[in-house]
Amino acid sequence: MRLIHLTVAQLRDALAAGHVSARDVTQACLDEIRRVEASIGAYLAVDEAGALAQAAESDGRRAAGRARSPLDGVPIALKDNLCTRGQATTCSSRMLAQFVPPYDATVVQKLRAAGLVLLGKTNLDEFAMGGSTENAALGTTRNPWDLRRVPGGSSGGSAAAVAARTVPGAIGSDTGGSIRQPAAYCGIVGLKPTYGRVSRYGLIAFASSLDQVGPMTRTAEDAALLLELIAGPDPRDATCALRPVPAYSQTLDQDLAGLRLGVVREHFEAGLDDAVRQAVQSALEVFRSLGATIHDVSLPHSRYGIATYYLIASCEASSNLARYDGVHFGYRTDESALLRALAEERGSAAAPDEVDTPLVRLYRQSRSEALGAEVQRRIMLGTYALSAGYYEAYYLQALRVRRLIRSDFDRAFGEVDLLLGPTTPSPAFCAGEKLADPLSMYLEDLYTVTANLAGIAGLALPCGFTRGGLPVGLQLLAPPFEEARLLAAGHRYQQRTDWHTHVPELP
Amino acid sequence: MSAAAFTTVIGLEVHVQLKTRTKLFCRCSTQFGAPPNTQTCEVCLGLPGSLPVMNRRAVELALRAAVALHCDIPTLTKWDRKNYYYPDLPKGYQISQYDLPLSRDGYLDLPDPQGAGTPRRVRILRAHLEEDAGKSMHDEVAGHADSRIDLNRAGTPLLEIVTQPDLRSPTEARFFLNELKLLLSYLDVSDCNMQEGSLRVDANVNLHLDTPRGRVATPIVEIKNMNSFRAVERALAYEAQRQGDEWRTTGRTLGEVPKQTRGWDDQAQVTRGQRHKEESSDYRYFPEPDLVPVTVRPEEVAAVRAALTALPATRRAQLVAHHGLDPYDADVLVNQGPALVDYFEQTVACGADARRASNWLQQDVLRTLNERGLTIQQLPVPAAGLAELLRSVAAGELETTRARQVFQRMVETGATVAAARQALGIVQVASEDLLELCRTLLAEHPHIVRDVRGGKTQALGALIGKARQRNPNVDPARVKAICSELIAAADTP
Ligand SMILES: [Zn+2]
Repeated sequence: MRLIHLTVAQLRDALAAGHVSARDVTQACLDEIRRVEASIGAYLAVDEAGALAQAAESDGRRAAGRARSPLDGVPIALKDNLCTRGQATTCSSRMLAQFVPPYDATVVQKLRAAGLVLLGKTNLDEFAMGGSTENAALGTTRNPWDLRRVPGGSSGGSAAAVAARTVPGAIGSDTGGSIRQPAAYCGIVGLKPTYGRVSRYGLIAFASSLDQVGPMTRTAEDAALLLELIAGPDPRDATCALRPVPAYSQTLDQDLAGLRLGVVREHFEAGLDDAVRQAVQSALEVFRSLGATIHDVSLPHSRYGIATYYLIASCEASSNLARYDGVHFGYRTDESALLRALAEERGSAAAPDEVDTPLVRLYRQSRSEALGAEVQRRIMLGTYALSAGYYEAYYLQALRVRRLIRSDFDRAFGEVDLLLGPTTPSPAFCAGEKLADPLSMYLEDLYTVTANLAGIAGLALPCGFTRGGLPVGLQLLAPPFEEARLLAAGHRYQQRTDWHTHVPELP
Repeated sequence: MSAAAFTTVIGLEVHVQLKTRTKLFCRCSTQFGAPPNTQTCEVCLGLPGSLPVMNRRAVELALRAAVALHCDIPTLTKWDRKNYYYPDLPKGYQISQYDLPLSRDGYLDLPDPQGAGTPRRVRILRAHLEEDAGKSMHDEVAGHADSRIDLNRAGTPLLEIVTQPDLRSPTEARFFLNELKLLLSYLDVSDCNMQEGSLRVDANVNLHLDTPRGRVATPIVEIKNMNSFRAVERALAYEAQRQGDEWRTTGRTLGEVPKQTRGWDDQAQVTRGQRHKEESSDYRYFPEPDLVPVTVRPEEVAAVRAALTALPATRRAQLVAHHGLDPYDADVLVNQGPALVDYFEQTVACGADARRASNWLQQDVLRTLNERGLTIQQLPVPAAGLAELLRSVAAGELETTRARQVFQRMVETGATVAAARQALGIVQVASEDLLELCRTLLAEHPHIVRDVRGGKTQALGALIGKARQRNPNVDPARVKAICSELIAAADTP
């Protein structure tokens, strides 16, 4: 078997047994990146020299019997909205194209402390706003299963990198489905942990009350291994839970007999693609055969999910992105051109503008020039919704609906252990197909956003293919902090199925 | 329009920096005066990805102030974002408190300076926590305007105290600020130093006029940029005058024009209209999603209340009731801060007369502290030492002039009373020696004796001076008494 086909768990064993070196594994990944990256474009930066140096150090530690963790030497890729000290962290935005953080995100610190090899930074929709990675300002990423199609988003780079076998695992972030949706489109596993399970420190914020960092891998077992490493309390993140981290990888072999699976009625209504419906139905049968009992469940407020999500996320984003003003860091408009323009205007008879002052011009031009259309759209939406006179009708109303959505889940989880449904209404769409219609793009988040609004855990798993050969994703949802249950169900399913072993054929 | 009777209506917004060692949401130092931008980190610089973590100490200090201001303290308080753009605000929002402030509905009583009548009660609308912004410095050198930003101050905890519009004159506003500053320094929650910016005041003011048409109010004006309490008083007085003039010219009343912001120009002693930045802004407050709400348990509030040391009002009352000081003297001592009042009480406890101790503190001790730039804690003379000195004065062993010399010696060398007296050669003159000296002086100056007999008793003063030349330790009062006696005795046949 080629090294690039090994899962994280297999690499762990091979490294422990001394069958492979971290350097070999890393080199194999780098070679594969060199071979396929031109057509996929998953990465914004590949740290070839750094990765090989880290791998060599890892081999040295292992040889000396001082491996930092079982995963010491396993390569991993990071979505480029996770701060890496001394390495550009761009959010795929012109605004941060030159931004080099002076610190590591907590998740990055933990990965380094465990000895993983940080291979590179992956592409995303600008500031994680989007569902296709087409809103990326610094790169274009394609779906390894069909290069005409999008990988999904916003963690499209991480999903494509794992699907293309250029790295065994990657870290993504999920605000409304940004891990699970691209995982489904690319035929891999994506876990959105419970809000507060993983520290957000150093994750460049999109919507603070919804953002969560999580692993993207080929198996549920690998997701468990990575979650064990990155989860846990963080004194630098006040919203991070103080709960200890269970050994998720040790509890994967649970018997599913008697597991109560709820099928979300609303996730099978109009708009669901037939191939997706069929694949999810067969997955349901697999779970039945594993001993699970199937129950009909309703989440009546889920139909307000998209509207609620886009209000809350945009409101928070409008504030989170205010810091990109061209003053302290990031992109600044051409100052000499601005000064020249101002001087010329002064020369003319026009009175100085009381509102559009030179400072406001600096802000406006810097932001207009460096933030993409989708980011600007959401900033405007959020600014509008938070404005005096609209706050009650939009933001407060959205918070009320958010509570209703959360209580829908509370009620459902009173009756069942996990919820099951499709991850997305349809498989990966073609590049450019939905760019002119943001609303239809937003609807791809229909089944995923409610988990973020409720703060619960969600897992996307490959569960089949369309006739055209596009992967279909199954979504399992668990109550808060029940990742162990979620991952075990995913693992048992993957033991019964082989969807995750399919490899896209790349030229 | 004719002159009308009017009332000046004033409300204040006071920002005080809390005395925490580190900032409100990061571990950076709050020390004043460090080189620009040296006390910063990714959090207070607002770098992408950074998150705030609350400093509980700031909540404790704020609670102490809120309890002392008799505020209601809800069990749940939360953080909100106040969104606005300014170069000294690196995140583009300030973390503050909007609809669930830490405390609300309190009051502060202002003492009547005459010590009579009931105190003036000024209601506190709310007191909440927020982070400070950085400092913008605008250099205009050689025609080239340059703005520099120092973010050392960004993220320093502030307590914003907002009063109801209960103040009725500029002087009363200054009294309020003095009393508030005193209270906060007794609580040890803030340095309240306006020069260093640890206390800042904005004022809202308008006039209520009695006119033939009934009561009308002028538009409310917010005044900023006042850098001392005296400036607050002057700016308010100027503004009251200006609003009266404007009303007489335009007749415009509250509601007819938007609230205006004016800046105080201390050089020109006028307020000037500022750009309409404030009134047009909509801060788009919403709950801060990076922080969790803060719970304040009732037991915690009770503990803060129990731990409150005696506050200015209490200590004034104690000085009057327990030590017989008059209200004016009590006020002067209390205004010097708790340490000085403690020193006074210790001095009295060591046997000094309260009035004498009060006088000495207000004169010799305060003068010494001012001249030497010392705090009372740094004064080399302990309260027991001062008490011993004052007892000697009371016992007639030392006259006041000599006692002052002894005190100065004690300050300079840290000596005890006895050692200082010895060093100055101050010994009590024996009665026989003093009698002998007086006899000699009278014999040597018959013209003085003649003058005194002739009714010019002030001539004795010359004798006192000569006595002190011969022996600096003599007590002038006793010299005078003995000489008078001797002259009188010689008169009687
Ligand atoms: Zn800091």
